Amino acid sequence: MLILECPYCGVKAEETELSPGYEAHLKRFGPGSSPEEFEAYMFARKNPKGVHFERWRHAYGCGKWFLAARCTATLEVFGTYPAQSGEPPADLQAKIKAKRPNWEGYK
Amino acid sequence: MSTRLQKGGRLIDRTRSASFTFNGKRLSGFAGDTLASSLLANDQMLVGRSFKYHRPRGIVASGAEEPNALVNMGEGGRFEPNQRVTTTELFDGLTATSQNHWPSLEFDVGVVNNYAARFLPAGFYYKTFMFPRFAWKHVFEPIVRQSAGLGKVPQGPEVDRYEYAYAFCDLFIVGGGIAGLQAALVAGQAGSRVILVEQTAHWGGRAPVDGDVIDGKPADQWVKDTVQALEKLPNVTLRLRTMASGVYDHGYVLADEKVADHTPGDGRPRHRLWRIRAGKIISAQGAIERPLSFAGNDIPGVMLASAVRDYVVNFAVSPGDRTVVVTNNDDAYRTAIALKEAGLEVPAIIDARTSLTGDLPAKAKAMGIRVEAGRAVVKVKGGKRVTGVSIGLQAGEGAVLEDIACDAVAMSGGWSPVVHLWSHCAGKLVWDEAQAHFRPDPKRPPTNQDGAAMVAIVGAANGNLSAAAALADVAAQLGGSAVTAVEVPEAAMLAVWIMPQGAGPALKMKMWLDYQNDVKVSDVQLAAREGYTSVEHTKRYTTLGMATDQGKLSNINGLAVLAGALNDQIPNVGTTTFRPPYTPVPFGALAGESRGEIFQPLRKSPMHGWHEAHNAYLEPVGLWRRAYCYPRAGENHEQAVNREILNARANVGMLDASTLGKIIVKGPDAGRFLDMLYTNVMSNLGIGKCRYGLMCNEQGFLSDDGVVIRLSEDSWLCHTTTGGADRIHGWMEDWLQCEWWDWKVYTANVTEEYAQIAVAGPNARKVLEKLGGMDVSKETLPFMTFADGTLGGLPVRVHRISFSGELSYEIATPASHGLALWEALIEAGQEFGVMPYGTEAMHIMRAEKGFIMIGDETDGTVIPQDLNLGWAISKKKADYLGKRGQERTHLASPDRWKLAGFETLTGGVIPDGSYIIADGHNANGQRNTQGRVTSTYYSPTLKKGIAMGLIKGGMDRLGDVVEFNTVAGSTVKAKVVDPVFYDKDGEKGNA
Repeated sequence: MLILECPYCGVKAEETELSPGYEAHLKRFGPGSSPEEFEAYMFARKNPKGVHFERWRHAYGCGKWFLAARCTATLEVFGTYPAQSGEPPADLQAKIKAKRPNWEGYK
Repeated sequence: MSTRLQKGGRLIDRTRSASFTFNGKRLSGFAGDTLASSLLANDQMLVGRSFKYHRPRGIVASGAEEPNALVNMGEGGRFEPNQRVTTTELFDGLTATSQNHWPSLEFDVGVVNNYAARFLPAGFYYKTFMFPRFAWKHVFEPIVRQSAGLGKVPQGPEVDRYEYAYAFCDLFIVGGGIAGLQAALVAGQAGSRVILVEQTAHWGGRAPVDGDVIDGKPADQWVKDTVQALEKLPNVTLRLRTMASGVYDHGYVLADEKVADHTPGDGRPRHRLWRIRAGKIISAQGAIERPLSFAGNDIPGVMLASAVRDYVVNFAVSPGDRTVVVTNNDDAYRTAIALKEAGLEVPAIIDARTSLTGDLPAKAKAMGIRVEAGRAVVKVKGGKRVTGVSIGLQAGEGAVLEDIACDAVAMSGGWSPVVHLWSHCAGKLVWDEAQAHFRPDPKRPPTNQDGAAMVAIVGAANGNLSAAAALADVAAQLGGSAVTAVEVPEAAMLAVWIMPQGAGPALKMKMWLDYQNDVKVSDVQLAAREGYTSVEHTKRYTTLGMATDQGKLSNINGLAVLAGALNDQIPNVGTTTFRPPYTPVPFGALAGESRGEIFQPLRKSPMHGWHEAHNAYLEPVGLWRRAYCYPRAGENHEQAVNREILNARANVGMLDASTLGKIIVKGPDAGRFLDMLYTNVMSNLGIGKCRYGLMCNEQGFLSDDGVVIRLSEDSWLCHTTTGGADRIHGWMEDWLQCEWWDWKVYTANVTEEYAQIAVAGPNARKVLEKLGGMDVSKETLPFMTFADGTLGGLPVRVHRISFSGELSYEIATPASHGLALWEALIEAGQEFGVMPYGTEAMHIMRAEKGFIMIGDETDGTVIPQDLNLGWAISKKKADYLGKRGQERTHLASPDRWKLAGFETLTGGVIPDGSYIIADGHNANGQRNTQGRVTSTYYSPTLKKGIAMGLIKGGMDRLGDVVEFNTVAGSTVKAKVVDPVFYDKDGEKGNA
């Protein structure tokens, strides 16, 4: 039962208050995209053992979607940040890199 | 024989007796007894039969690790199987029966398995039941089902109640022995919020039994003083009879409190399940003594040395008059000394070590006890009770040097720390060579959300087995004022995994590792020979550690035997995975209050009470309860549904449609947003107009449908299905927050703010006109428009939309007016023949009209085009959710199953779930298929069966006769027809 802090309302929310939204920072491919692009968007997930970026919704709280960076192996949470982010904040990336020197970046 | 001693017993109250029954026999014990101690006090050593061989089994342990002594407890609604007698507190009126025997405990037919043991080796199931293939179902499985299973399944509903409790704390400490108490005191005095739980009914753990001296006081006194000090601290919560069952992610803990197991029927909940979020968890769960593997170590009367000591000191019960102690360590000498001090005989202490240097052996010798060094128990003699032991050299192969008569054997193979809670979230272990056990590796603890250690482990659970070492460990990890215990020097133990070490196959066949599942040394060695080198595979092949005790007693013995057979080191073999719960938690406790009426929260429409008062039969739709039909006296449901449909078609009907999802979408970009969400265009919808729309997921599959209305220049209201409201609102928010966050759109789920009533039928307009307040004429309010106004003085929004195919008004009003409007409509409708209709009539009427239903015609693999809904898909829009998905080649394939209507040749109804069969068979020998039915009903309007379904070729197949399969194996012939069965030109709805 994870605890993730909602970056909007500041509540340290327990997993039962949240609904999962799977991998974050996906690029949507719509009409006109190639089969490979659409396949990657629809189905190809990283599923890493280690640093992972996820979408969560504070469904039984403020209702906001947010993004979380956590380690899928140890469940350590590196940070949460608003869904309106094109990429993880620079300070969060630096923090993860410090903790996981072998991390290859979020892309 | 085992009996009650005249004096002593620190936990029993001899002034209060308690009577109980075991297998119908009336027995008596004292307040403070466990069921185990009172059974032993009554010389009831034989308490059960083993799982596989039905061997007679007695009590082995004194705590949660007990593998043998499981009984059926209680009767009727309080019946519970597999209760450990060692953790069951005695109360007056307790009833227990033994398990896994037939016809009686004393004489069991299943014991023939024991004599056939050589034919029931490890992996017996896998080897025997493979061939011939058909025999499993018809021969083997019925026999296995008859003879397998431990205990009986309770019959009838549970009469007790259970509850949940929630708590938060800085420190959650598990184990009320001296280490746990001292840890709680240190942390509590430092101001931390502490919860300390102990699974038994007593504080103090083993120290008082072992006669430790702490802070210059006897352990009993120190425990009493410490508990008093803790009780004075407002920030410390103490809970006895509370078992921490598991540690989960980020400091989440489940603990099961046995509130009233020992006081049944006193009005309190039986168990309380604690759901705790802890900053940090400290495990002080102590250690569990291991058996030794010698032949006949499962015969009743062979017990753990510590358990024998517990029964003598705590309960003044002697397991036997003459107890032989067999050990590989100094601790077991405490048992011999305790027995001797209680006036009982200890014919010999058999010690596997060749050199005995500790204080305790010296003390035992000084008391006149015969001590044999370098010796082993070759085998235990006796059947349902120990009658003696044969001893030989530990270094030998089993040659008997001497027989010693005795009626009990106290064994000790060393101690294993309880590392379960440390391990649940991946805390790692190290092998301690000196003490021959796995203990926590302080360098690799389980971690929390910050990456910091989440569990600490102190005392014996951390491998510090003596009182002095345990308290020093607490001080080292938590600080606090130094509390010291008198150190009793103990010499090193000797790892002994098989006794004697050169024992041959005949002896190994009788050395039990897992008592409950009947796994022996020979089984583990066989598994190794057959190539099971992974401990997890060996576990599953032999069932070692898979019983209800989960291998607490002797898993380490099994691992060591496996390592020996593989010629490998124990740490290389490793352990199996520790998983919650630590001991079994009753289903009742897990369910808590969630049963019966409050199993789930219920959602009720504003008119719910009216439906109930008018004999509605309610059906669950998500969390809602909706009226399925309103049976009248003498009507069954089918008759009621048919009457409701015919009346709506002939006169007028009313449906409570309040549960329909209603989401307001507002803002400068709302039109643009809805054009992305729906497959058709919504931005050009005129104010005051209604339009049916479809929503798809990104794969292109149909997800939800409903009518969208435009309220104003910048706001729309989207109706969704009853079950889809929350999901679709979340879906909208997902896109607005995560993808198009620069679009200026606001959404609000107002489903529960409005009651909605469908008034449908040729007389519908007359009913509204009778109420009066607004113009609902065809000219002012044509089909697919809406208007705001009043009806009978109530504020309403009237939509001209129809799901029944009749002239229909869907009237929304604020929820608080819902019942008033409903009753006003019913009253106004009396002269026009109004009747309420339920969801089943709604379903049939829409099927008669060929309208699709999300969840019937769709199943997550159907695109709108499959349902002939291409007209609702915009060709002009560059993009909408699902457009790219629908462009995938296989979704455009002519082979896809598409919607059509079906009528049987006889007028009957096609069975629900039927497939349309095609020529030939598939690889599994099943008939090939070419379609399936999606909605099938008897239509009272048309007086025949009607159906919709998906068929290869869809409407191109019009006129074809196809065959639907049935469960019985026969087929039903049906003709492919237009799915619109009623009012094909839509004249009625437009009226």
